[in-house]
Amino acid sequence: MSESLLRTPLYAWHAAHGARLVPFGGWEMPVQYTSIVEEHTATRTAAGLFDISHMGRINFVGPDTAAFLDRLLTNNVSTLKPGQIRYSLVCNESGGVLDDVLVYRTPAAGHTDHMLVVNASNRLKIVDWIRTHLTTAEQVEVQDRTTEWGMIAVQGPRALEIVQPLVKAWLDQPPSSGAPPTANAQLDSIDYYHFIGIESCGSWGILSRTGYTGEDGCELVVPVEKVVELWEKTVAAGTPLGLKACGLGARDTLRLEAGMPLYGHELDEQTDPFMAGLDFAVKLAKPDFIGKRALLAAKKACDVQLSRRRVGLELDGKRIAREGFEIFHGDARVGFVTSGTFSPTLAKSIAMAYVQPDVSRPGLTLSVDIRGQRVPARVVKPKFYEAPK
Amino acid sequence: MDPKSLRYAESHEWVFLDGDVATIGITKFAVEQLTDLVFIELPAIGRKIQAKEPFGEIESVKAVSDLYCPVAGEVIETNAVVKADATKIADDPFGAGWLIKLRVPAGTTLDHLLTPEQYERQLAEEQH
Repeated sequence: MSESLLRTPLYAWHAAHGARLVPFGGWEMPVQYTSIVEEHTATRTAAGLFDISHMGRINFVGPDTAAFLDRLLTNNVSTLKPGQIRYSLVCNESGGVLDDVLVYRTPAAGHTDHMLVVNASNRLKIVDWIRTHLTTAEQVEVQDRTTEWGMIAVQGPRALEIVQPLVKAWLDQPPSSGAPPTANAQLDSIDYYHFIGIESCGSWGILSRTGYTGEDGCELVVPVEKVVELWEKTVAAGTPLGLKACGLGARDTLRLEAGMPLYGHELDEQTDPFMAGLDFAVKLAKPDFIGKRALLAAKKACDVQLSRRRVGLELDGKRIAREGFEIFHGDARVGFVTSGTFSPTLAKSIAMAYVQPDVSRPGLTLSVDIRGQRVPARVVKPKFYEAPK
Repeated sequence: MDPKSLRYAESHEWVFLDGDVATIGITKFAVEQLTDLVFIELPAIGRKIQAKEPFGEIESVKAVSDLYCPVAGEVIETNAVVKADATKIADDPFGAGWLIKLRVPAGTTLDHLLTPEQYERQLAEEQH
């Protein structure tokens, strides 16, 4: 089993720094180095450094990429400007979610190119899905760059200050232009969900103002042979400011506090985007895309009565409502937990769950069955935490 | 408490026997494996527990684990400090972080449990 797991370029670093390594999405990844709570708190108060090289990076080159991706994704792709990033879903014909992704619009001579960042656990499924739906008439070259490019995230209030001296950034040049940076751009002048080309560790790379923690910060893509150098420079620059290397454990508690869904928990092929509250990522006015017909019907139905809706829960006490635990309203079973943790920031037991729409109203008190005990749980919006501006 | 004066269960609980009172806790190794403790449930005073029976549960951010009683007895005291704040167990698992005290029947011995040396060997094997 472990022979078939992939390792990121940082595997040896993780192992040498006391990480507990676990299988995740086909990769052997650090779940924690010291303590999930310590790593989580470092990200909220200073900065956290995450190896996210396991995420899939799929490049699309050719004149028809925007049109093709508009057919593949639920959100608008053609309207993206160079350097812009958008969250989207990939749905199947029934409107079930195959993956949630970020699409990057990279400029290219005379046409548009794109990069998709997909979940590690879905990468092979999505690559297959793309190949199945790409017609010979479409001029799109699909390149799975996952193992050629590494990716790290630096997140937290001090993230940009730590990364700034490690990169030369150009805001005025398109990322693929290859021209050397004329002036070093300030990273905090990049808009959220935008990216720029950078030079770092003597190599080309991209830096995006994105993340999965609810904090300010950035994510960097560099060639795989430069990842360790960039990581170590970030550790050296950040440690005096409170930066800590963080594993998937903290990544999960951080995204949960920030109300972000995780594929395999809040999202799967039996769930449509409306149930998940991701309506903003579905553009039903687009001419056509895979799953549109089913989603139109689902939208019409859910205006009347949706089968279930994603909510946040705040529980009494400290016990954690874990995935699969049942939710009750009185004696009626009304839903199930998809993710739960003890929130280090709020010092509260919190969860995300799906419940029937008639009991999804914030303020309502439900109960979660925690190993035979009914624990009161208040319905809240799933965003538990917002970073101070 | 000196770890050398304790006996151990394979499931990482320790016992200290003083007359007819057994004090039970979990080992430093268990605490380090669990990390990020959030909650502990301990039995009611007066409950009679059999050896190897679950007497409570300990929850960390990652997972929930049952606690197993290494010896039979009746619960006479539970540690209010750790019940209020489970993270206190990690500060001193062999001392102030104890979990429960049992009154054990006359003639109770700890001979069926691991000696400190045997427990150390088990840990060495688990870490491989």
